[in-house]
Amino acid sequence: MHGSEIAIEVHDLSVAYHKRPVIWGIDFELPSGHLVAVVGPNGAGKSTLLKGILGLVPPTSGWVKIHGQPYHKQRRLVGYVPQRESVDWDFPTNALDVVMMGRYGHLGLLRRPGKKERAIAWECLERVGMADFAHRQISQLSGGQQQRVFLARALAQDAQVYLMDEPLAGVDAATEAAILQLLSDLRREGKTVVVVHHDLQTVADYFDWVLLLNMRLVAIGPTQEVFTAENLQKTYGGRLTLLADAAHALSLSR
Amino acid sequence: MDSYDLAIIVTGALVAGSCGFIGSFLILRGMALLGDAISHSVLLGIVLAFLITGDTSIVPMFVGALIFGLLTAVMVQALNRGGVEGDAATGVTFTAFFALGVVLLTAFAGRVHLDLDHVLYGEIAYVPWDLLYLGDVAIGPKALWTMGIVFLIDLLVVGAFSKEFKICSFDPGMAASLGINVALFHYLMTALVSLTTVAAFESVGAILAVAMLIVPGATAYLLTDSLGRMLGLSVAVGSLSAAGGYLLATWLDSSISGAMAATAGALFLLAFLFSPTHGVISRALARRRVGHRGESMLQ
Repeated sequence: MHGSEIAIEVHDLSVAYHKRPVIWGIDFELPSGHLVAVVGPNGAGKSTLLKGILGLVPPTSGWVKIHGQPYHKQRRLVGYVPQRESVDWDFPTNALDVVMMGRYGHLGLLRRPGKKERAIAWECLERVGMADFAHRQISQLSGGQQQRVFLARALAQDAQVYLMDEPLAGVDAATEAAILQLLSDLRREGKTVVVVHHDLQTVADYFDWVLLLNMRLVAIGPTQEVFTAENLQKTYGGRLTLLADAAHALSLSR
Repeated sequence: MDSYDLAIIVTGALVAGSCGFIGSFLILRGMALLGDAISHSVLLGIVLAFLITGDTSIVPMFVGALIFGLLTAVMVQALNRGGVEGDAATGVTFTAFFALGVVLLTAFAGRVHLDLDHVLYGEIAYVPWDLLYLGDVAIGPKALWTMGIVFLIDLLVVGAFSKEFKICSFDPGMAASLGINVALFHYLMTALVSLTTVAAFESVGAILAVAMLIVPGATAYLLTDSLGRMLGLSVAVGSLSAAGGYLLATWLDSSISGAMAATAGALFLLAFLFSPTHGVISRALARRRVGHRGESMLQ
């Protein structure tokens, strides 16, 4: 495969903003070919973990390897889906153009996207059911449609490892089902997909691995082994409403 | 229309075109007032250049202005990263630079005739007489050549790195994850803004330069949904403002740069009201249509 069957190896990774640690001493190895939910309370450092793996925030300690090599050597193997709110959707561009950005990493400096990139972008839009909206200005898309465009852009990156920051936040039920189906398909193709996820109810149904995070790594492993009441208690602490939700989720999944 | 008129219109169009082109990126990044800030903080660069070289010729002053234009942007970015809000960071930086420039000017350069109106704030009406010589042959107005070359540099750099500038403006996080040096492209863009603004001040004055950095881009933003077309339209709107403004100024016998800037403002107002996609009136009409359809569906 790509040098190693371990898709993501994180060693002693810590990230701090203004001297306050956000994630602390994260250590794990993630075998390739899993669909992983990253769960934890607000402010647990879930987005920061993704950004730390991607080198978008400077770590205070630790290192990351993607398929056995440092990230900067493996960029083409990695696709990133940032939070939808992180970009200006009033930007003058259309859906097809945004998806084409997924190809930029494969083009060198000075090379412009051409016919081939356009064809790939169309294919990816079709895969997320957005081909009819290819030429629509992005501000005229609904939240769910914007999220699908972001996913299509990640598909266009043709990566082995995907890191997605809340791709299911604020989307309608139809889009959620479509996205979850797509994520499962990616896993079946042997890709590794790491998803920051809020809805504990759907974790056991769709994700075969779980990473529980609350500043420190609480647990990582196969959902059946790791997604337990005890671990959720450790992750969410005394937040009773969330615990109730978690218990409910567990009762549904068992 | 004689060659005098033509020189002014073409120079005005080049200023408006290059400022509009580069200004479009500032608008998309919510940094529209950076040009205004640069117009003030270059004073410090000019005064320092004079104090260091003792020379009032244009080259050292241009370089000094350029350096402080760039430094303004670097400083705003640094303060911003340090936790100061964007517009406050801009305000703090340029007022401090400008004030320091005034202090140095009055303390050390007071006795020397440093004619800022002449050095910094050019006047477009004099453009046709300030000629550039190649040997003994006059090859046309200096400002026309300066702005032409600056515009060409802007086009070449943005053209060469179009996809990098686009993704850095739209989604810096994604750009960084692809290994694009977002900070480098930010400073490259800032250098272009600085170059264009300083060259435009020198050629045609501050009002026109600041107006053209913002207004044509803002107008184009209302008329299209594509970045490429927005850039093209901002150049077209800028050029139209220059030509229309000159006719207006001749008719009223008024300030040429003022009339060009005012024309740009009028074109913006037209786009704001009547743009087919973003215009206030067309949106109101669309709402009414939807409303009627809704009513007829209910009946």
